[in-house]
Amino acid sequence: MPILKIKDLHVSVEGQPILKGVSLALEEGEIHALMGPNGSGKSTLAFALAGHPDYRVERGRVLLSGEDITHLPPDQRAKMGLFLAFQYPPEVEGVRLREFMRLACGDQGHGFCEFQEAYPKAVRRLSLEELADRELNVGFSGGEKKRAELLQAWLLRPRVALLDESDSGVDVDAVKVIARAIRELAEAGTTVLIITHYPRILEHVPPARVFVLQEGRIVQAGGPELARTIEAEGFKAVQR
Amino acid sequence: MKEKTALQRGLTKGIVEEISREKGEPEWMLRLRLRALEIFHRLPMPRFGPDLSEVDLSDITYYLRSVEPVASWEELPEEIKKTFDALGLPEAEKEALAGLGAQVDSEVVYRSILEEVGAQGVIFLPMEEAVREHPDLVRQHFMKVIPPEDNLFAALHGAVWSGGTFVWVPEGVEVEIPLQAYFRMQTQGVGQFEHTLIVAEPGSSVHYIEGCSAPRYTKVALHSGMVEIVAKEGAHVRFTTIQNWSRNVYNLNNKRAIAHAEARVDWVSGSLGSKVTMLYPTTVLVGPGASTENLGFTFARDGQHLDVGARALHLAPNTSSRLVSRSVIQGDAKATFRGKVYVSPEARGAKGHVECSTLLLSPGAKTETIPVLDAENDEVELAHEATVGRISKDHLFYLMSRGLTEQEAMSLIVNGFVSPILKEIPLEYALELKRLLEMSFEGAVG
Repeated sequence: MPILKIKDLHVSVEGQPILKGVSLALEEGEIHALMGPNGSGKSTLAFALAGHPDYRVERGRVLLSGEDITHLPPDQRAKMGLFLAFQYPPEVEGVRLREFMRLACGDQGHGFCEFQEAYPKAVRRLSLEELADRELNVGFSGGEKKRAELLQAWLLRPRVALLDESDSGVDVDAVKVIARAIRELAEAGTTVLIITHYPRILEHVPPARVFVLQEGRIVQAGGPELARTIEAEGFKAVQR
Repeated sequence: MKEKTALQRGLTKGIVEEISREKGEPEWMLRLRLRALEIFHRLPMPRFGPDLSEVDLSDITYYLRSVEPVASWEELPEEIKKTFDALGLPEAEKEALAGLGAQVDSEVVYRSILEEVGAQGVIFLPMEEAVREHPDLVRQHFMKVIPPEDNLFAALHGAVWSGGTFVWVPEGVEVEIPLQAYFRMQTQGVGQFEHTLIVAEPGSSVHYIEGCSAPRYTKVALHSGMVEIVAKEGAHVRFTTIQNWSRNVYNLNNKRAIAHAEARVDWVSGSLGSKVTMLYPTTVLVGPGASTENLGFTFARDGQHLDVGARALHLAPNTSSRLVSRSVIQGDAKATFRGKVYVSPEARGAKGHVECSTLLLSPGAKTETIPVLDAENDEVELAHEATVGRISKDHLFYLMSRGLTEQEAMSLIVNGFVSPILKEIPLEYALELKRLLEMSFEGAVG
């Protein structure tokens, strides 16, 4: 049973059409990959799925666990179990990562005591001990920001996690930490969509299914071998 | 019990003499009042800042004793007692304060001081009592930090001042928990002009907190208090104000401190209430190595014009100042920040830092930042930063994508914005500020 279903999604940003009919389905509990060159519309899809107000859905539908979420505000999507790890998480001054996560977990029904236990554990898992009490992403390095996004996913235990370029600009050791967190998320039942333009991360977290996005459309879907083809021959190999 | 005492409206020599007589003042204080009155008649209204044309100085009751002083909360009239209970004053007194004074209209009605603090020689008295009991100590400093010539409202205050507190901390004594005063304007049409004088002897330290409120009346009301602080060698004085006057009050204050060698004066000002405020706490750094920190948080809502600022005057070598302001503006309100750092030719090695950030919560919100950095020698380090912004859509989206509602997300961002100041404010006030902020986020996204 697909947990997330995208049907013929057309999205425009500032009047410019970016997605031109994307359809795909994520199977519950599986790891998926969405690949595509820069500018193919991957981040647009991620933002549109999470409900960013600047990303206008012109046509099509998004179903989460069978429910239409196409026009829901972002907080309601999150409460239904959708999570987006941002490619460029913003730095929010004065807001502490811990406080933010405590509120977010509280909103999603995790108790405070539970959070007190879960937070330090998650922080250790993502090797973020030094950033545990810092302001949200403020002064974090690129890699730290990516790990902090995974930390949030880890704490919120979403049903579906969209991970937008969680491995880009990250060194080899950090990729391993991130990959392990993704595997553990999946093992705990989260359906994962890894969005990337580069197959490196997929060696550590083999996807069951791979989608290729180009110029706002899914041009191919297949098994893990598709990622290997792209690795070997580039995106040219999958142009339609 | 004595009758209520209310003087006629308006300002005349006769009124000033009556105030003085009512208080049983010594001759020197009466002379000071009359001199201030003369100066008042000569001075113009302020030539900068908000529109004050609505303030009719001839239509104010300058003195009203509406409530008799009492020794315990229980003896206060029911209405006043309820107000103070609701403000949590009796609890705060028990749990967190070294001393507490409460003023209603023109007079202090309640005062207490912890026995052990009193035993250290600390004086904490209503101003009138101090004038009678410690004339030499008071006379030496009273209206010397801010003379009546300084401006119209200083002169007016000098003529009609009533109530307020005198604090004297002996050499080397550190008062570890705060002293607090609470000011209430209870009666329609009555002005409040309390005078606070704090003298910290060498090496001493004290934290003084003042809060204020008033019921809302239709008639314009005037509050024009004065705070004078003298921090002697190596002393540390921290003065916190949380101003939450009702929105018919013109709040036109004078606050100034003198910091001697190695002394430190910190101002923390939360400006929330009033219709119009003019408030520029100033530190005059007269001794080498003196320093000051001036933190302001301004929250202006519909119909308010809060004209605030901070000044540091460096008159001695190696002095330093840090002026930080955070303003949040909602509706059609206006907030102005005037940050001034002056460095004299003698003040070599002075360091000054002015930082002012404003968050606009609505399209109609207005703000103005007026920094003045004026150095008369070359060996100084002065810096100024100012930012004005709205709540970023991307920040809001980010927080909401984790399940926070729009309201919660805004509240978190605004609280984060003011957190550098909020963390310096006593907890019970900080919680109240947070609550007020959270109540006013509609239509704030830009």
